[in-house]
Amino acid sequence: MSDASYVRTEMVSEQAAPNAAIGPVRWARENLFSGWFNTLLTLVSLYVVWQLLQHIWPWFAHSVWEAESLQDCRRIIIERHGEGATGACFAVINERWKQFLFGFYPSELYWRPILTFCLMLLSLVPILFSAAPRKLLWLSIAFPGLAFWLLWGGSIFVPLVAYAGFVVGWLLHQAVSARFSTLLGVIAGVFSALIWWLYLAGPVAGTLGEALDFASLRQVNSQQFGGFLLSLVIGVTGIAVSLPIGIVLALGRNSDMFFVKTICVGFIEFIRGVPLITLLLVASFLLNIFLPPGTNFDIILRVIIMVTLFASAYMAEVVRGGLAALPSGQYEAADALGLDYWKSMRLIIMPQALKISIPGIVNTFIGLFKDTTLVAIIGLLDPIGLTTAVRADSNWNGIIWEIYGFIALIFFLICYGMSQYSQYLERKLATDHR
Amino acid sequence: MSDTAIDLAVPKTPLKVSDEIAIEIVGMNKWYGDFHVLRDIDLVVNRGERIVVCGPSGSGKSTLIRCVNRLEEHQKGKIVVDGVELTSDLKNIDKVRSEVGMVFQHFNLFPHLTIKENCTLAPIWVRKIPKREADEIAMEYLTKVKIPEQADKYPGQLSGGQQQRVAIARSLCMKPRIMLFDEPTSALDPEMIKEVLDTMIELAEEGMTMICVTHEMGFAQAVANRVIFMDQGQIVEQNEPKEFFNNPQSDRTKLFLSQILGH
Repeated sequence: MSDASYVRTEMVSEQAAPNAAIGPVRWARENLFSGWFNTLLTLVSLYVVWQLLQHIWPWFAHSVWEAESLQDCRRIIIERHGEGATGACFAVINERWKQFLFGFYPSELYWRPILTFCLMLLSLVPILFSAAPRKLLWLSIAFPGLAFWLLWGGSIFVPLVAYAGFVVGWLLHQAVSARFSTLLGVIAGVFSALIWWLYLAGPVAGTLGEALDFASLRQVNSQQFGGFLLSLVIGVTGIAVSLPIGIVLALGRNSDMFFVKTICVGFIEFIRGVPLITLLLVASFLLNIFLPPGTNFDIILRVIIMVTLFASAYMAEVVRGGLAALPSGQYEAADALGLDYWKSMRLIIMPQALKISIPGIVNTFIGLFKDTTLVAIIGLLDPIGLTTAVRADSNWNGIIWEIYGFIALIFFLICYGMSQYSQYLERKLATDHR
Repeated sequence: MSDTAIDLAVPKTPLKVSDEIAIEIVGMNKWYGDFHVLRDIDLVVNRGERIVVCGPSGSGKSTLIRCVNRLEEHQKGKIVVDGVELTSDLKNIDKVRSEVGMVFQHFNLFPHLTIKENCTLAPIWVRKIPKREADEIAMEYLTKVKIPEQADKYPGQLSGGQQQRVAIARSLCMKPRIMLFDEPTSALDPEMIKEVLDTMIELAEEGMTMICVTHEMGFAQAVANRVIFMDQGQIVEQNEPKEFFNNPQSDRTKLFLSQILGH
């Protein structure tokens, strides 16, 4: 009988893996002690970690949370741990944490930003998790107006009239697109909304506010905003607005229409080619020169516009990357089923392109959020801007690690949260089973 | 002959063709830049007719059927589908596309949607059919292509043959009057070709107007009314399948047939 001929008579059944092949022992052996060289590296690494801990740990262990000033801190540390001992002086955080969170927002009104923050978390739920009740989406839609009203105060009619702009635009869009074409409808809708916001919204809100005096909150000036409140206002608005603008820009850049394409390419290349700092300086100093005299454009609003435009240019390129990664068959299949351009984009192309772009999108979000610290340069009191104020205080003169460490920690927590969410989302949307 | 191994279900009922014209192509020309892909194409397809288009690669056969639903634009001549002439008018194009189903070589299912959602998407958004009704139609056609049990899976979980049958069901859910097949079996393993061809034959038996670009000559013999042979962007020869295979007229056709049937 030759070796080439063989017939299996019995199939081998499944068996449990041997003990040595599973568990932490195996992991340690494979990853830490797989040979003499790796064992050596492991030992050296352990020594380095030990040395680092030895130097850093006392700084935390000796930390002081209750003190009047930096000198006070040092005195307490020496009293407790002997001459030459060093330690962190977290007393500065203890004393100033409200300022780091709210800036110079009136302390009796702290409930307003806190309520806004809670509402923000609640209105994010239906956007971030598809299992959440869909009715919460109404809160998400109302949130921008509510937040504006709560944070800046004033008449409730200001946000209401701003929302009315969308209604005006939509009504005109419907009327025009029913009688003429969809494109004309879109143009009419956008222009009517813009005209409403620029010329009519102000007077209408003013008249309504004077005529009906209810639900008015005490006004808070933009100059009083600061700390993480300011970072979050700029960051969250920028994130929420830059994604849709970026999508529109990406579609525009891929468009067959010459003018649309040229405008989008020009915008993206210009904004990407300019440092954010210059845009912020323009927002701070130059914008007022170009605006009609008498208009006082809020500084936070100006900064938000610049940061948003900056992020949306990057966003457009990230989304375009996702669009480019889709096989042309997807466009063809959508076309062949008779879906028009907007439907095929909304139902077929964008869900897939955005899924591919999630890492890049979140990257841009995180970058945008961290870039909000740049507003310190134009004199806004974000956390970094506040450190200057804190260190100028003679009590805390010379303190560095504690405050920057505190700011870094909060930024890290928020950015790490975004990163974790994006990974969750990628896992949830993985339907291609590659 | 490469496909004699596939034992296809031969249609039981005689396949009828009506006098009504479904597709009319007159003097159609197309260029890709300077390259003249389609030259003076004249073709009339009657309702209920089943046409197989074959030819060497690069002969323009795929481009021809892609012109029928305007996935490709033609530059000269005219194409009338179901009484609607294809021009740059987007409304006409969408109207034609919703009446003409298309099945692609690489299936082109939407990977982010379940099988059922793939099938209900166009009926809901183009035909404005209520979701429940669309679901029923989807299940009806998924049953017809014999994979109702896969309805809630994603395309990536299915085999190639199953995916192509879903693609056929997806097109059928729009209740099209004409079906175009662009090499529907070329990307499939031999074992899966038969299940797709059987589905197509069943469709032909019901009197669907079909244009099919394929190299499955067994399929052509079983269901086609007419076989069209293309080369260099032109229709070189067309005839009913028996005559076409047994008695090809042009030298180019003879060479082509000897090459694909000879091994």
